[in-house]
Amino acid sequence: MNLAVICRKVIKVFGDGEPVYALRGVDLQIPFGELALLVGPSGCGKTTLLCILAGLLYPTSGEVEVLGHRLHEMSSRELVRLRAREIGFVFQQYNLLPALTAQENAAVPLLIQGVPRRQALRQAAALLEELGLADRMHAYPHQLSGGQQQRVAIARALVHNPRFLVCDEPTAALDAESGRRTMELIRRVAVRPDRAVIVVTHDARIFDFGQRIIYMNDGIVVREEVPGAASTLTSGARS
Amino acid sequence: MTWIAFQMLTGDRAKYFGILLGITFATLLIAQQSSIFCGLLLTASSQIYDAKDAPIWVMDPGMQFVDDIKPLSENELMRVRGVSGVAWAARFYKGLGRARFSDGKFQQMMILGLDDTYMVGAPREIVLGRLEDLRQPDAVIMDERGYRYLWPGEPYILGRTFEMNDRRAVLVGICKASRTFQTFPIIYTRFSQAVRFAPQERKALSFILAAPKPGLDARQVSEQISRQTRLKALTRDEFAWMTIWYYLRRTGIPINFGTTVLLGFLVGTAIAGQTFYLFTIENLRQFGALKAMGVTNLRLIGMILFQGLFVGVVGYGFGIGLAAGFGVLAERSDRLSFFMPWQVMVGTGVAVLVIIGLSSIFSLRKVLVLEPAQVFRA
Repeated sequence: MNLAVICRKVIKVFGDGEPVYALRGVDLQIPFGELALLVGPSGCGKTTLLCILAGLLYPTSGEVEVLGHRLHEMSSRELVRLRAREIGFVFQQYNLLPALTAQENAAVPLLIQGVPRRQALRQAAALLEELGLADRMHAYPHQLSGGQQQRVAIARALVHNPRFLVCDEPTAALDAESGRRTMELIRRVAVRPDRAVIVVTHDARIFDFGQRIIYMNDGIVVREEVPGAASTLTSGARS
Repeated sequence: MTWIAFQMLTGDRAKYFGILLGITFATLLIAQQSSIFCGLLLTASSQIYDAKDAPIWVMDPGMQFVDDIKPLSENELMRVRGVSGVAWAARFYKGLGRARFSDGKFQQMMILGLDDTYMVGAPREIVLGRLEDLRQPDAVIMDERGYRYLWPGEPYILGRTFEMNDRRAVLVGICKASRTFQTFPIIYTRFSQAVRFAPQERKALSFILAAPKPGLDARQVSEQISRQTRLKALTRDEFAWMTIWYYLRRTGIPINFGTTVLLGFLVGTAIAGQTFYLFTIENLRQFGALKAMGVTNLRLIGMILFQGLFVGVVGYGFGIGLAAGFGVLAERSDRLSFFMPWQVMVGTGVAVLVIIGLSSIFSLRKVLVLEPAQVFRA
């Protein structure tokens, strides 16, 4: 199995005085071509794990390998470069730039990579068209509905063709119908054999979209479930 | 990325214009007040530069500035003429006198008396009449500004008469002259006439104007005059700067203008800095998202500095333009001295850069310490 993400005994401790254990030894594997859901109650360490997998935080100990890169051994400059080229982000609050149109927002990752503006806008337009936003391309974020904004955010996350897509609660700010449509979209356009997708959520309505559901609690992965197959208890959970 | 920075900056119109207003206001205040200050200093020394044909000014050693007259005796003129290296030396009278007009009005006048023979120190440009007409009895030439002040709205008419120290004065010409610090109308006349127009004093020779022989340096010759005569002999520039320094040291002018310039700087910094900071704070999530997506701190610094520089340049342009417009109006109104040398423009530009720098530093700090992981926290 070709793995996109491998975590071995990942521990993350915050705080200088009284240490707070956000992750207590996470073991995890996500193969390419899979859409994995990371679920669990608030404060269980989902977001911290997501940040570590996205190269935004260093683990306190343990090993993290993403797309063949050993993140825990990389410098922060190398991580920035990796994020710019290989990782796409979908945020809970979309975080679109209010002064840019939908098309311009979607082109931002390409502009970060130094792609000429005209070419970047052309690529962004093509993707927005594919996402059904052809007629809203020149609208500003405040002129778009929540679902449309999230679609622009998805376009932005995919426009530079990343091999790892990181989504943080992509449906949290949406109603049930928009949430389902967003997940359908992610499954349709983002899941590819050469790409892994991880979605952090505690929205049970979208669990059936995951090809693997990773349950976390109290800083460890307690259970992994591949719909249609028997659930697996992780070593962390057994101990 | 500069394009994104530009869009972010101009996208929020209210904040953009707020920052622009702060910079424009600061630039206008700094440039305008500095230019008025320079204008005032220039008027303090304007009469020295108006006497274009006199490279050396000789005066009493106790003199501190151009209006601090301590008359010399006629013997001193002979002594100066006797200094080797002096091509010629001429009398020059400078003093105040009161004019009385036919309608009974009085007006204080500045009297400049030119050597009867050489006419050194004559007005730089005669607008109406001829310089030679000064040789006529009781003749005076008046500056344009003074004429317009005394006979507002009336056409230039020669032959007008008035009294100076109970003596008749006849207007034979109108000339251009630089504005003076005291703002009184200026009349040019012969030295022999000037001493009759002015209140009687034992000595009447205000200055001796001199020139070096061809090929000699004015500064060396003025030093030679000082050594030989024990009088104070200065080149035109030295005398002008001595006058300017006197006003800088002995009057409250620099403090007054300096305070206003400082206030302009502080208010500009406060408005621009605060608005720029607010602008950054409101965009912090977006900056965080950009960081997460792979924008380096260096590029973010570049974006914020670009935004600062852009509003700085535009605000500076508007501010300098408004200050220059004010200068044009001031020049037309004849009421205010305004002189904007390149040094004022450069100095104001530096002040704007400092304002932008300070404004950016606060914003930059906030962005640089921002953890990109924070963007995942609701």
